[in-house]
Amino acid sequence: MKFNMFKSKRAQEFISNTLIHLFLFFLSIIWLIPIVWLILQSFRLEIGSVSTRFFPIGYTLSNYTRLFEYDVILQGKFPVWFMNTLVVALVTMVISTILVLLTSYAFSRLRFPARMPLMKLILVLGLFPGFMAMIAVYNILRLMGLTGSIIGLMFVYSGGAGFGYYISKGYFDTISKSIDEAAMIDGASRAQIFWQIILPLSKPIVIFTAITSFIGPWGDFIFARLVLGENIDQYTVATGLVWILDRANINEYFTRFAAGSVLVATPITILFMFLQRYYVSGVTGGSVKG
Amino acid sequence: MNDKLKGQPFYIWIPLGIIDLLWSIVKSLYEFVVSLFLSLAQFFVSIFKVIYGLSVGLYQGVVTYSTIFRKGDYKTRLSFLIMGSGAFLNKQLAKGILYAAFQLIFILLMVLFFGPYLAKFNTLGDTLGTPVRFDPTSPLADVFGYVPAQEADNSMIILLLSVAGIILSIIFVYFYFQNLRLAYENQLTITAGKQVPTFKQETNRLMNDKFHITVLSWPIFFAFIFTVLPLVFMILIAFTEFDRFHQPPGSLFTWVGFDNFVNMFSGENAFYSRLPGTLWAILEWSFIWAIFATFLNYFFGMILALMINKKGIRLKVVWRTVFVLTIAVPQFISLLIIRNFFNDQGPFVKFLFDLGLVGPGYSPFAQVDSARFWVIIVNLWVGVPYSMLITSGILMNIPQDLYESATIDGAGTIAKFFKITLPYMLFVTGPYLLTAFIGNINNFNIIYFLTGGGPSSQTMFQAGQTDLLVTWLFKLTLFDSDYKMASTLGILIFMISSFLSLIIFAKTGGVKNEDTFQ
Repeated sequence: MKFNMFKSKRAQEFISNTLIHLFLFFLSIIWLIPIVWLILQSFRLEIGSVSTRFFPIGYTLSNYTRLFEYDVILQGKFPVWFMNTLVVALVTMVISTILVLLTSYAFSRLRFPARMPLMKLILVLGLFPGFMAMIAVYNILRLMGLTGSIIGLMFVYSGGAGFGYYISKGYFDTISKSIDEAAMIDGASRAQIFWQIILPLSKPIVIFTAITSFIGPWGDFIFARLVLGENIDQYTVATGLVWILDRANINEYFTRFAAGSVLVATPITILFMFLQRYYVSGVTGGSVKG
Repeated sequence: MNDKLKGQPFYIWIPLGIIDLLWSIVKSLYEFVVSLFLSLAQFFVSIFKVIYGLSVGLYQGVVTYSTIFRKGDYKTRLSFLIMGSGAFLNKQLAKGILYAAFQLIFILLMVLFFGPYLAKFNTLGDTLGTPVRFDPTSPLADVFGYVPAQEADNSMIILLLSVAGIILSIIFVYFYFQNLRLAYENQLTITAGKQVPTFKQETNRLMNDKFHITVLSWPIFFAFIFTVLPLVFMILIAFTEFDRFHQPPGSLFTWVGFDNFVNMFSGENAFYSRLPGTLWAILEWSFIWAIFATFLNYFFGMILALMINKKGIRLKVVWRTVFVLTIAVPQFISLLIIRNFFNDQGPFVKFLFDLGLVGPGYSPFAQVDSARFWVIIVNLWVGVPYSMLITSGILMNIPQDLYESATIDGAGTIAKFFKITLPYMLFVTGPYLLTAFIGNINNFNIIYFLTGGGPSSQTMFQAGQTDLLVTWLFKLTLFDSDYKMASTLGILIFMISSFLSLIIFAKTGGVKNEDTFQ
């Protein structure tokens, strides 16, 4: 009797595991379809916009090569856009990471009278929709003479970064206070504690902050378009790609849009996959803290 | 599973179980309403507290600074006029000079730069400018009888720079009082026969007990320019008539009080007659969307995480990587690709047609219901991997003995999910869910890139039928240049978000049953 039950339980377990494997396989297919389709379209030989065929009739590399050639619409700007985005992303990454770490360190480990009021103020300001301030930001940049250039864009991306301190503050909160106290007894200053003790201990959150702020500019279209306007020399890849797709000649450019997208998405995806571990610890940490 | 249900035949325990479930839903709804009222009450109490605190602070301030003036020596009293005197005359040369320089720069900025704008703050400008003209009778005419050209006012720049000037003045006032306290402190130190701290000691303190000033000054400086100033400006815009008919240069705008809010709700203004209807329609859809987007993603993400993490499932890394891959691809790419994939000429519609699910000429985003259905489905594609990541970490923290004892009690997989996993997860990630809900109300990318808010509607004002509040705000701003209404809408979104956040605070602020799962 007992033996039978054990056996049937194992059989049950086997069936349910098989079903789950099948189901996961099915879901993976669904999740991969758009990405696979994007890659197939980027190699598609036949011109024109979308077709009803999932698999193209012929394959070619010319969609990629033509991105780097001169034509009326693109004007050979794709490599320029790529470099622009890289520069913006790197600068934004450095500035944002510094601002976020400084802010979260102060709110997590230092105690000063303005701490709670400031945190509350930042919380309340965060409840306004970000797009609301769009026009004002644009005009401030215009007064500073920074519209239509990637320098203005860097300011937009990293300017308010300090207000997104929650996740790294949550991380700093988990580092024991006794470390600070021990170092203070040894005569270390607050600044020394921050640079020499807390930062090395916080590698995961530093990397998380850096990745998220590096990836941001590659995906942002709205603010980039607003700040850069019609100045296509300064476009980032996102503005550039949406721009060629939004033109009346989507028929001619759809496959090149797909190729450009693959070129943009590949490095970002590889980077992301390498640093996945840090990203996962960042998002889970942030969600539990609330 | 309930004790009384154990061992009962299925036709007994299924209905009883459903009743059980319904009862627990009613119970949690009741708790929700109660916490809502509690948080509202807390909100009003805290407003009262803030007003009370401010008046006490004001009174104490008056007392403190009048005491400083009465008891101060000439150095302290001079500080009321020239900032930093109390420091400079007490051998803190560098500090005194810094304070005085700050005061000088502030006054110069105010008089030469911000002053002209602030002077026009109450009207936001009154002249469209005049060219050079010949009019010897004018008092402004020069020796040849020409009146010089008058520059046009730009209401927007007047407003923006006035706000900047006011913020700067507030900062100045703070340092002014700081300077008074410092002077008096120095005076007391010297009368007590001690040494005032040297400049070097003070800078050392900036690395130690005043490290927060060093650390926070840059983030706050940037955030003021790129977050606070624009927000204050846009909040004020809601009380003006700034739109495409009143757009500088070439036109002026001025204050209109609460007119925009009235138009938003009443519809009496002929031009804005469709506005209230649009607002309610979009509000309704935004909430439906946020509920589906939040809870479906969460639920399916959790189930996916459970499946991947289940014992005996192979290739865990592969499954996880597949789903994380979709997070890694920038959203504008994946969403634009999905939009084209869903094109009525595209492979997806062909596939549905071949299966016989849709008729000829079907277009997923052409009809309201179908468009709404598909944006929610596509949002699952975007959002489920996130919630899978978030939940899988927490799922592994659920104490295993809870499951073991449940197994001994004879609970099945489904029962364990509803009785242990779900309550535990809701408990731990409750605040996250509400934050995600607010995030979804403001979810811009999906709607903007997939449907662009469409299908369009005759009865709606500058909006389509899948527009959310935030995409509507975007359209009002960029396509219609109706800045005043966009700002009014932004304030409404703020009120909704803060109302929801109050609930989060009520739920997490006084965590009463913190040890439920410990």
